[in-house]
Amino acid sequence: MNGLLTEDRIKDPDALYQALVDAHDGLSAAESLQLNARLILLLANHIGDAGIVAAAAASARASVLDDRARGGDSTA
Amino acid sequence: MPKAYQHPTFAFTPPPELTGAAGKRRPVLVVGAGPVGLTLALDLARHGVPVIVLDDDATTSHGSRLICMSKRTLEIFDRLGAGAPFRAKGVVWNTGRLFFREAEVYAFDLLPEPGHGWPAFMNLQQYYLEDFLIQAAAALPNLEIRWNNAVTDVALTATGATLGIETPAGAYRLTADYVVACDGARSTVRRALDLPFVGRMFEDRFLITDIAMDADFPSERWFWFEPPFHDGQSALLHKQPDGVWRIDLQLDGDADPEAAVRPEAVRPRIERMLGKDAVFEIEWISLYTFRCRRLEQFRHGRIFFAGDSAHQVSPFGARGGNGGVQDADNLAWKLAAVLGGAAPEALLDSYDAERIPAADENILNSTRSTDFMTPKSAAIRAFRDAALALARDHGFARRMVNSGRLSVPAVLDGSPLNTPDRDAFAGGLPPGHAAVDAPVLAADGQDDWLLRSLGQDFVLLLYDARSDIGPLQGVRQVSVIPAGGAPAPGCIVDRDGLLQARYAMTPGAGYLFRPDQHVAARALWPDAAWAAAARDRALGKDAIG
Ligand SMILES: Cc1cc2nc3c(=O)[nH]c(=O)nc-3n(C[C@H](O)[C@H](O)[C@H](O)COP(=O)(O)OP(=O)(O)OC[C@H]3O[C@@H](n4cnc5c(N)ncnc54)[C@H](O)[C@@H]3O)c2cc1C
Repeated sequence: MNGLLTEDRIKDPDALYQALVDAHDGLSAAESLQLNARLILLLANHIGDAGIVAAAAASARASVLDDRARGGDSTA
Repeated sequence: MPKAYQHPTFAFTPPPELTGAAGKRRPVLVVGAGPVGLTLALDLARHGVPVIVLDDDATTSHGSRLICMSKRTLEIFDRLGAGAPFRAKGVVWNTGRLFFREAEVYAFDLLPEPGHGWPAFMNLQQYYLEDFLIQAAAALPNLEIRWNNAVTDVALTATGATLGIETPAGAYRLTADYVVACDGARSTVRRALDLPFVGRMFEDRFLITDIAMDADFPSERWFWFEPPFHDGQSALLHKQPDGVWRIDLQLDGDADPEAAVRPEAVRPRIERMLGKDAVFEIEWISLYTFRCRRLEQFRHGRIFFAGDSAHQVSPFGARGGNGGVQDADNLAWKLAAVLGGAAPEALLDSYDAERIPAADENILNSTRSTDFMTPKSAAIRAFRDAALALARDHGFARRMVNSGRLSVPAVLDGSPLNTPDRDAFAGGLPPGHAAVDAPVLAADGQDDWLLRSLGQDFVLLLYDARSDIGPLQGVRQVSVIPAGGAPAPGCIVDRDGLLQARYAMTPGAGYLFRPDQHVAARALWPDAAWAAAARDRALGKDAIG
């Protein structure tokens, strides 16, 4: 509906996941926070569509709020 | 040290109403002689409407506040006959530099385009702005400014409004067909009508100072995020005339406001910024928290709100004063047309239709800038810092860095006064746009500017047309001779061909401008019936239904 593709699209999910993890190797918590923020901005520019980015942000937020509603804690 | 501005004291004259003369009903009363009230009063008076401005003070703005004036503001002042002192005094600037911590991240250029009468921006203290408009007002016999006249209460009726006014010589009342509240952010008129604001408040405090010093910094806008010399989030340095520099220092929300504004607290902060050896005098210290909000409506029957009384923004982007001046520009000709019988009262509803979207655009941009400077959490701050860090190498990130999106003229594209295009123009300015300047030759062959030729009337500008379209009531027709042609009576010559290019003109094409120099309509082959209909629409005659 909103253009955000959420079906399975990644050929090698393990490799992709590892690329994300490797990027944080040896970084402090503060550096990792920066890495994630820069990563998101770079990916957002690659996507180049504010609507898709907003849809992804809304989807992520809904998932976090869902945890909250279940009494869980996303930061645990 | 350069010579500082001397605030004048304007004489209080006991109003005739207090010395026995019967209080005459007035067409328009303006509350407040700030930038917006003065602009409005000048515009009304030049349209032949007698106007009284009431101001609770007897001098110009105490601190400077406003410093960046946009091209559109300068064009409006020029149309009002007040341009010359601004040109003589203002500091023109084109470059902005952005620093993150120690390093310059990038510089932007306002890309001055040749062939405009006024620069993109000029810096000038608010007290000069007011001073120059007051001088222009003094030349108009139908414009009276009553100093030390504080409006204290308001009674609104179906056909007008009555103001209660306090003066050193006593209190009196004045009744008018229309009242315009230009009495600033703490508007008494707004409070008297008990009108709420909608919008946001920011907690962070900004220490704003003007200092005088002999320094050879260039006239550029320097903006720092997390400067090494200041423990707050941001800082700004910007030049004004008379060797005065504006310094903004962002403080944390929990900074003690009273301690922060003491000169002995401010001076070391500035020394850390400029170096221990800097020789300067502090002219003005003030502490602000910013709001981005507006009234739900700017028209309440016979009372209108313009400028900060109607809407407030943070100063990043210079949208407060520049937006307010455009309110005045929008309202003056409409009031004049209604009072003069040329337009129905319904025209006045278009003030809300046109200026509320403009205010919302200013609020949106100022809110985003302020949000960028005042991250509300560690994660949000990480995004801000990420954009700044990536900006060194990536153009896309540079475009995200937001230290203010500078004021641009409002495009009134949803206005009911516009006549939608029926013809396809290859570019140019669609209805709703403010006129764009171009160099022209006047009928006598002298260099002139398009905007000066348009003046304050409805104008039908015809390009390379064989003849005008026949008499059209209330519309002046101006023929444009293409570049290279010889000047002729009643015509202007498109000196460099820029008018043709900026308006996508083709032979025979025409633009109808309103008195505020916004495009009302355009056509490839305008005829009398089309032009009369477009004029009527721009006068609000179609507004019903
Ligand atoms: C730090 C700072 C920097 C800024 N920088 C810029 C900038 O660079 N560019 C820009 O465009 N804008 C800027 N602004 C915003 C700008 O200063 C305001 O938007 C502008 O002053 C609004 O003009 P105004 O005429 O509506 O109100 P004001 O300037 O507030 O004038 C209101 C007038 O009404 C009078 N008055 C008030 N109450 C009464 C009463 N009851 N009876 C009679 N008279 C009354 C006051 O004495 C005053 O003369 C800045 C603001 C701040 C705080």
